[in-house]
Amino acid sequence: MENEYIIEMLNITKEFPGIRANDNITLQLRKGEIHALLGENGAGKSTLMSILFGLYQPTSGTIKKNGKEVHINTPNDANDLNIGMVHQHFKLVECFSVLDNIILGVEPTKGLFLEKEGARTKVLELSEKYGLKVEPDALISDITVGMQQRTEILKMLYRDNEVLIFDEPTAVLTPQEIEELMKIMKNLAREGKSILFITHKLNEIMEVADRCTILRKGKYIGTVNIAETTKEELSKMMVGRDVSFSVDKKPAEPKETVLKISHMTVPSKAHDNNAVKDVSFNVRAGEIVCIAGIDGNGQTEFVQGLTGLEKISGGTVSFLGQDITKASIREKSKMGMSHIPEDRHKHGLVLDYTLEQNMVLQRYWQPEFQQGGFIRSKAVREYASKLIEQYDVRSGQGTATIVRSMSGGNQQKAIIAREIDKNPELLVAVQPTRGLDVGAIEYIHSQLVAQRDKGKAVLLVSLELDEVMDVSDRILVMYEGEIVAQLNPKEITVEELGLYMAGAKRDKVPEEV
Amino acid sequence: MSEKTKDVLLSIVASLLCIVIGLLVGLIILYCINAENALDGFTRIIKGGFYLKPKGIGSEIAQSAPLIMTGLSVAFAFRTGLFNIGAAGQYTVGVFGALYFALILHMPWYVCLLAAMVCGAIWGAVPGIFKAYFNVNEVITSIMFNWIGLYLVNELMYSTVKGMYDQKTTRTYKISSVSPGSLIPDCGMNAVFKTSSTTIAIFIAIALAVLMYVILNKTTFGYELKACGFNKDAAKYAGINDRRNIVLSMMISGALAGVGAGLYYLSGGAEWNPQVATALPAIGFNGIPVALLAMSNPLGVVFAAVFVAHISVGGAYLPTKYFQPEIADLIVAVIIYLCAFVALFKGVVAGVLGRKKAGKGDAK
Repeated sequence: MENEYIIEMLNITKEFPGIRANDNITLQLRKGEIHALLGENGAGKSTLMSILFGLYQPTSGTIKKNGKEVHINTPNDANDLNIGMVHQHFKLVECFSVLDNIILGVEPTKGLFLEKEGARTKVLELSEKYGLKVEPDALISDITVGMQQRTEILKMLYRDNEVLIFDEPTAVLTPQEIEELMKIMKNLAREGKSILFITHKLNEIMEVADRCTILRKGKYIGTVNIAETTKEELSKMMVGRDVSFSVDKKPAEPKETVLKISHMTVPSKAHDNNAVKDVSFNVRAGEIVCIAGIDGNGQTEFVQGLTGLEKISGGTVSFLGQDITKASIREKSKMGMSHIPEDRHKHGLVLDYTLEQNMVLQRYWQPEFQQGGFIRSKAVREYASKLIEQYDVRSGQGTATIVRSMSGGNQQKAIIAREIDKNPELLVAVQPTRGLDVGAIEYIHSQLVAQRDKGKAVLLVSLELDEVMDVSDRILVMYEGEIVAQLNPKEITVEELGLYMAGAKRDKVPEEV
Repeated sequence: MSEKTKDVLLSIVASLLCIVIGLLVGLIILYCINAENALDGFTRIIKGGFYLKPKGIGSEIAQSAPLIMTGLSVAFAFRTGLFNIGAAGQYTVGVFGALYFALILHMPWYVCLLAAMVCGAIWGAVPGIFKAYFNVNEVITSIMFNWIGLYLVNELMYSTVKGMYDQKTTRTYKISSVSPGSLIPDCGMNAVFKTSSTTIAIFIAIALAVLMYVILNKTTFGYELKACGFNKDAAKYAGINDRRNIVLSMMISGALAGVGAGLYYLSGGAEWNPQVATALPAIGFNGIPVALLAMSNPLGVVFAAVFVAHISVGGAYLPTKYFQPEIADLIVAVIIYLCAFVALFKGVVAGVLGRKKAGKGDAK
C-alpha cells in the first residue's frame, strides 16, 4: 500500500541552544487513525508538533504527506496541507469575539466587506454537531478557559482540516466534556480525519487511541498498538521506571483552623451577577481541602478574591486568627500564604525574566536576596540552582534561561518549586498539575501530601476528577458560585461527584464546614 | 560565549548597521539635491564637531549632555513598559524650573538643577497617575501635557513672572550676566574648546546613565519596575504595587528629562524665547530615536546620544551656499529616523548569522 500514511515525519532532529529537543524521531500517522503522542514534560512532543505545524524548522529530517515530501515553513503551509492544531496555550485574539477568532485568516468577504452571516451559520452547525458549546459573540477575554478551547477546536473544524493535532486538549475540560470530546474524536476519525493526540493521560489514550508513539528526553522510544498494551507498560516506556497511579497517603489528622472564610462574595467581571455567592468554609492545618467544580463556576474568582488579586465585595477572611480581608498580597504572602495560580503565563511567571529571576518573584525583597536595595545575584543564582535540582526543572541554559523558551510543564514545575519552597502555612494550589505528565503529577501530589503531613493546610482547586478523588481529604463542590456539597472522597463515587458538579444534585451545607 | 554577551554583541552590530545605512541614505539624498558638492557636504556631516576643531567638539559635548538625558528618560520608561512621549514637555517645564531658580532666586547651579529635576518629575508624574489610577494611556496624556507645559512656561516667562524676559533680546536674560553663580562650572573646558557652554554637564549626564543602569539591573527597585513592565499581572501576583510603580517610573522618566533641560540651560547654551517658542524642543523628541538606537540600554544611550549630537553638529556645518539650512535638518532627521529601525535590523542580523551556522552544520 503506497499511501498507508497520511503524514510521515522521518528522522526528525531539532536543536535549540543548549538542548537537543528532538533526536532522530520518526512518527507515522495512518489515515483515519487516532495516534497518541506520549512523553514526559520536555520530552519534545510540543517541539515535534510545532515542526509539523510549521512553527519550527527541523535541523534535519524529512516530512512526507501522502508519500510526497513537503516543506512546511509557516503555519500557512501547514494550513494549505490541511493540517490544523489546537495549541496547549491557546492562540486567540483576546479582544476579538469567538466568531472573529474562528474566521480569522479565512474571513469570508463580499466585495470589500466581511460577510459573517454564512460563517456564523457554519460555526453554529459545527458547534451543534459536535456539542462544542460557544457563544459566537462573546469576547475571548470574557469567556472561560474551557470555552476558549472549544473555540480553538472549532477553528480547525471550520477550516475542514484533515490532519488534526490536539496538544493536550483535555487538560482543562470536565469529565463530562472529556467524554464528549472523546466521542467527537472517534467520530472525526470515522469520517476519515487523522488525529494526532498529545496527552499525558493514559486513561484517555487507552480509551480512544489506535496507536501510540512514545518519546523520552527527546528520543524515540517506540510505537505500540493500544489494543496490545497496558497503562502500566505505557507509563514505564514514558518515564523509564514504574509509576504508581494512586496517591499513597495516611488518613488526615486535621488540627486547628488555619483559614476561615465567612460569607465571601466576589463580583463577576463577565456579567452583573456575583461570581462567588456567600461562600463560607474552613481549612484546618493538616488537611487537603479540594474545591471541585466545572470550569467557570466561580473557582477562579474565589481564588482571586482569597489571594487578593481581585477585591471581594462582601464577607471576611481570617488567616491564622487574623482578619486578612483587606490585607495586601504581599502581607498575605509574608504571613505564609502560597499561591500556585491557575494561569501560569498571566500571573505565575514573568516570561521575559530568567528562571532565577522568576524563582524569587515573591522573595526578592527578603534579606536573603537583597542588601540595601541591591539584589544579591549570587545568592539568587544559588537558590535557583538548588530549586532547579531539587524539583528537576529542565531548561536550556539553567538559571539564565529566559522562561518564555521553556516547555509548559517545566514552567509549571518552576512555579511549584517556588511556592512549596516558601514552606507556607497555607498552600492555595489551582490546577497544579495542568499539562503535566504522570511522573510529575505523582511528584506534585506527593508534595501536596507532604505539606499536609507537615501540619500545613492545603486548599486545592481542581477540575480533574481523579485528582480530586485521590488527593483530597475533604471535597467542597462549587456550582454557580455556591458551595453545594461537602463530601468525603472515601464515601462517594466519581459519578456521584459528577452529578453535584453538574448541578443535578445539592446538599444543604451547614453554615460552618 | 554566553547567550547574554551574544545578545549584547548582536545589539551593537545591529545599531552600527543602522547608522551605516542611515548615513548611506543621507548621502543619496545629498546627491539628489546637489551631486557636485554632495561628497563635501557628506564629509562635513561625518566629521561632525571635528570639522571645526576645537569649537565644534565643544559644542558637540554641550549638545550631547541634554540628549543623553532625554534619551535616558525615554529608555527608562521603555524598560518599565511605558512609552514616555512627553519628554519634550517635561524638558520644557524643567527649563522653567532651572531658569526661575537661576534668574529670580539666584541660587547656586546644583539647586537650579535640582529644581529642573523636580519640575520634570512633576510633569512626568501626572500622566503616570492618570495611567495607574484611571487607566488612561500615557501616550495621550503625555502629548497633551507637552503642549500644556509649553504654553504655560511661555506665559510664565513672558508676563507672569517678572524679571525673566529681556525686552531687548526678546529672550530670557543671560544667566552669565544676571547670576553667574547659577552656571554649571566648566572647569576650564570652555577655554580648551574656545566655547561658552562646554561644562561638566556631560559628566553629570554620564554618571546618571550609569546610575540608571545600576538601578535597572542591580536593585530590587529596578527588578520591580521591570516586572511591572513585562507583566503587570504577574507583578501584582508577586505583591508588587503596580500602580505606585507606574507613577514612580513616569516620575523618574520626567525627572531625567528635567535634568536634561537644566544641564543645557544652566550651561549657558541658549536662552528661552517665549514668544517664538511655539514648537516643542526637538531635544525632547530626539530622546526617542536615541533610546531606540540604544535598545533602551542606559549605557548605550550615552553612545547613541553622542552620535546624534555628532551628526547634528556636522549638519550645521553644511555650506549654505549649496544646501539650504533645512537640508541639514532633513539629512540628520533621515539618519536618526533610520536609527529607529534597530530592532528590525537585529532580527535580520540574527537571521543571517543563524542561516550561516546552519549552512556550516550541513556542510559537516
